[in-house]
Amino acid sequence: MRLLSALGLIAVLALAAAPSQAEVKTLHSERSVYRNIFVTDDDGLRCLTFRRFAGGHRQTCMRMSDPNELVFPYAKLMLGALTLNPHPKRILIVGLGGGTLPTNLSTMAPDAAIEVVELDPAVVKVAKEFFNFKTGPKLTVHTEDGRVFIKKALKNGEHYDLIMLDAFEDDYIPEHLLTKEFLTEVKGILTPDGVLAANTFSSSKLYPYESATYAAVFGEFYNLALANRIIWAQPGKLTDRATMRMNAETLAPEFEKRGYTVNWLLVVPSTERDWPANTRILTDQYSPSNLLNGK
Amino acid sequence: MRTFAVLAVSCWSGFLVMALELLSGRILAPTFGSSIYVWGAVITVFMVALSIGYLIGGRLSLLSPSLARLSALHLISGLLLLPIMVFAIPVLDSIFGITEDPRMGALLASMILFFLPAMVCGCVSPVAIKLLIKDVHKAGFYAGLQYFFSTFFSAAGTLLTSFYFVLILEVNEILLLLIGVTAAMAALAFTISKTAPASEAT
Repeated sequence: MRLLSALGLIAVLALAAAPSQAEVKTLHSERSVYRNIFVTDDDGLRCLTFRRFAGGHRQTCMRMSDPNELVFPYAKLMLGALTLNPHPKRILIVGLGGGTLPTNLSTMAPDAAIEVVELDPAVVKVAKEFFNFKTGPKLTVHTEDGRVFIKKALKNGEHYDLIMLDAFEDDYIPEHLLTKEFLTEVKGILTPDGVLAANTFSSSKLYPYESATYAAVFGEFYNLALANRIIWAQPGKLTDRATMRMNAETLAPEFEKRGYTVNWLLVVPSTERDWPANTRILTDQYSPSNLLNGK
Repeated sequence: MRTFAVLAVSCWSGFLVMALELLSGRILAPTFGSSIYVWGAVITVFMVALSIGYLIGGRLSLLSPSLARLSALHLISGLLLLPIMVFAIPVLDSIFGITEDPRMGALLASMILFFLPAMVCGCVSPVAIKLLIKDVHKAGFYAGLQYFFSTFFSAAGTLLTSFYFVLILEVNEILLLLIGVTAAMAALAFTISKTAPASEAT
């Protein structure tokens, strides 16, 4: 009797589990000191996620039949920062994920030396094994905290032509990477016509705080608000729109290869100040980003 | 009345140590990041400081402890937060000049900035327990009471700091608030020690 009901329970569980397994398969799970990492496959779409449940927030996805495709629009906007400075010699990327940004940049800016800073060694391992991320003489990875890396670079007088910040997750922000002091350090390692492209948040109460903080350090910046919000900022004067369009035309084939056009890209940036003038600035002393983002 | 004062000091001492521990992560992050090493270093230093504090506090409890002396200890633990407000950045900058390794750097910085206040917080507990115990047969009961209040308020200190204080105040403003309340609690306990009848507690 007990055996029968146990068998019945197993059957019910198996039935309940079957359909979702057919949709999203977990190919791999990697243990990490920070969080477990999962690689899922959904009908040829391979994704990296930090949550165990299918449908959790995906960090990176790659279409196996077309690895060049940029599955998330945010990546198109991040790579679009090349229109401000089309020939960067040194690029720094903070936050690896599946390696979408460095992998694409290594073909879009083939002469650039690219350095990636990623805190979690397990993410680097998964990116290499499952997302075709390949390091080499022109593409290196440093496994450490982004802020510590940038502080060292500043001390050693290093400069980069393009810096990409892509270290934020849906539900956790490293708060020390979103303060006036940090952005001032980032500004300090940009070349005079260098560009910062930051992948940030479009919704939540954090938006005005983040905007005010970027404005306090960089002055006017380009704001690109789609599902994610991307900021393009420069230490000096912003590259004007005519120059952006000119640069974009030379990059057009690269964009088109990745499924977007110059015209689509160039309508997104805006310099409108859409936040209250008296918004409090985030500093090392005051940085409740996660609490604000939760609201 | 004296029992109330001893327990009040225990509560706030528990609150203070965890509020400070939470802030220390925020104080170190701009220099050494917020990797697991930094949190590991902070927690390690706090645990070592508390354990040594307990040992010293136990010794102190043998040397004619009194509510007035407990108040003084409590005041000292609060005042030791002042150097953090003033010297955290120069200390962190010079440590970063010596070592850029987040493990060594965070350990060293935590030792210099947070060891003493956490240790003195640890001294408070054994002295408080000694003052609470009126009957040797009930020693465990009073120890349990003291643990309850100090640890429960540690929980409160963690929660209020991480959910609310950091949303309204700067780190240094929170430190100032902690110092202020500590001084007020110490003053209250000291006043009680001078006015309340001595027969109630030994």
